[in-house]
Amino acid sequence: MKTRSIKVDYLARVEGEGGLYVRVKDGNVLDVKLRIFEPPRFFEAFLRGRHFTEAPDITARICGICPIAYQMSAVHAMENALGVKVDGPLRDLRRLIYCGEWIESHALHVYMLHTPDFLGYADAIQMAKEHAQIVQRGLQLKKAGNEIVRLIGGREIHPVNVRVGGFYRAFSKSELGPLVERLKWARDAALETVRWVAEFSFPDFERDYLFVALRHPDEYPFNEGRLVSNRGLDVSVNDYDRHFVEEHVQHSNALHSTLKEQGAYFVGPLARYNLNFDRLTPLAQEAARSAGLGPVCRNPFQSIIVRSVEMVYACDEALRILGEYDAPEKPAVDVTPLLATGHACTEAPRGILYHRYQIDDHGTILDAKIVPPTSQNQTTIEHDLGQFVARNLHLSHGELTWQCEQAIRNYDPCISCATHFLKLDLRLE
Amino acid sequence: MRTTSNNIVIGLGNQYRRDDAAGLIVARRLRGRTSCAVWEHSGETVALMEYWKGADMVIIADAVQSGGAPGTIHRFDATMGRLPGRFFRTSTHAVNLVEAVELARALTQLPRRLIVYGIEGQNFEAGIGLSVDVESAIQEVVERILGEIGATNPSKTVPPPSR
Repeated sequence: MKTRSIKVDYLARVEGEGGLYVRVKDGNVLDVKLRIFEPPRFFEAFLRGRHFTEAPDITARICGICPIAYQMSAVHAMENALGVKVDGPLRDLRRLIYCGEWIESHALHVYMLHTPDFLGYADAIQMAKEHAQIVQRGLQLKKAGNEIVRLIGGREIHPVNVRVGGFYRAFSKSELGPLVERLKWARDAALETVRWVAEFSFPDFERDYLFVALRHPDEYPFNEGRLVSNRGLDVSVNDYDRHFVEEHVQHSNALHSTLKEQGAYFVGPLARYNLNFDRLTPLAQEAARSAGLGPVCRNPFQSIIVRSVEMVYACDEALRILGEYDAPEKPAVDVTPLLATGHACTEAPRGILYHRYQIDDHGTILDAKIVPPTSQNQTTIEHDLGQFVARNLHLSHGELTWQCEQAIRNYDPCISCATHFLKLDLRLE
Repeated sequence: MRTTSNNIVIGLGNQYRRDDAAGLIVARRLRGRTSCAVWEHSGETVALMEYWKGADMVIIADAVQSGGAPGTIHRFDATMGRLPGRFFRTSTHAVNLVEAVELARALTQLPRRLIVYGIEGQNFEAGIGLSVDVESAIQEVVERILGEIGATNPSKTVPPPSR
């Protein structure tokens, strides 16, 4: 009976705190657990009894990297409940601020968190000593995203300008003008990023994933669309709870999500790309093809290329919006509370983020449900690890551990969102 | 009064995490008592490099948690070497202060001098209000910073950094 054990106490370069346990006996992977042991944060309970207008600002506090996603899902769910449609320039501003969040979040993950895995550095600091210009490019890209969020959101972290019905303050075209030159530079830098990461060496690893993302008739999805999969799912977001199930597992304080009768699914850049390649701009599609990607990519290690393609898209889309933008007549449409339930999914940088609220006719929140992307990916991450370890038992202890960590980072897990530290304990018996 | 020198003081922290607000309170109490730029910063530490661009001397005040007695004041010269990682709390934004300083060092973007004052905290739970020992330490750190920037304070005017 052959036994091996690998243990990494703390997995760096992920958001939040958790751990991984893998047990292998006689070459068979017996158990994989993504352990998320940070205490639950009870945001859904905090929301009960609060006014519906407070939801975007309360839920933004769930994450320092993707507060816009929380704000967007919150406002869309409330507007869904109240029968309010936000369109025109206000909708454009929402897409624009979401572009900013994607650029800053993807730049952080591509350059600071994921690239060190591919180039063999312990972290971005070690990498910066030998690749200063590249790290600088990543920081400047991130800054370009931050600038959009700061301008429209009022500040970079936990912005304060988003409200149900629109914004507290809208902007004239000239106020947004300074973003244009910066975004043109960022689009070129994102294209360079795609070319650069495409040259990395990727483990030969593909699985037949069930991908889930939003799909919109005309756009690469941010704020709206139907929930679709590569295996026939095509439903309204209002029907989310009929198709998706959350369950508690003992080793995680983040609920695991599955698609009824189909099991684990995959959300995030790879899912969006595979289900919406035809909605990317020609420039982003061309960047993907030049990087050797077809319209479908099943290697999660290549998600770094897809994230980079999405940065190209986000810059391109932001520039389109800025070019066509005309200031709205008022910063928000009127909203009147009524007894209703509303649902929304928007595409956070890491995948679909579902919010559901029930409010009364005074606007008091009676019930809230939030399903972040990382919690939806937990089971798929565990399945990846199980198969990756099984196929790579020939690797040395150190290499296998390194690549397991890398496999987790393929998902850019935000455990703070899902609820929150990552500690790797890989046991080979 | 924002900036009339090439020196910058930056208070770091989260005002809703009790003693974690120590650095922010230091910054607030320095305002009006110095011609230096004084910034409060609660966001991601990578942005600090933008704050101190062009600065000669930067002083950062932050709460620390090293197991020492609450209110203990630590002073580190980050230009002379790496900050002790165990002192500074992990950032929720992927990069903590130690990593941000080391990243700046690797990119040769450290200011000419970077001094970090750490105030040992006691209570980092959610809420507002400082521990008694931290409150006392804050006043001493304010006076010590005034002593440092007074000793090296040039009189020329520079614009505030882009935020």
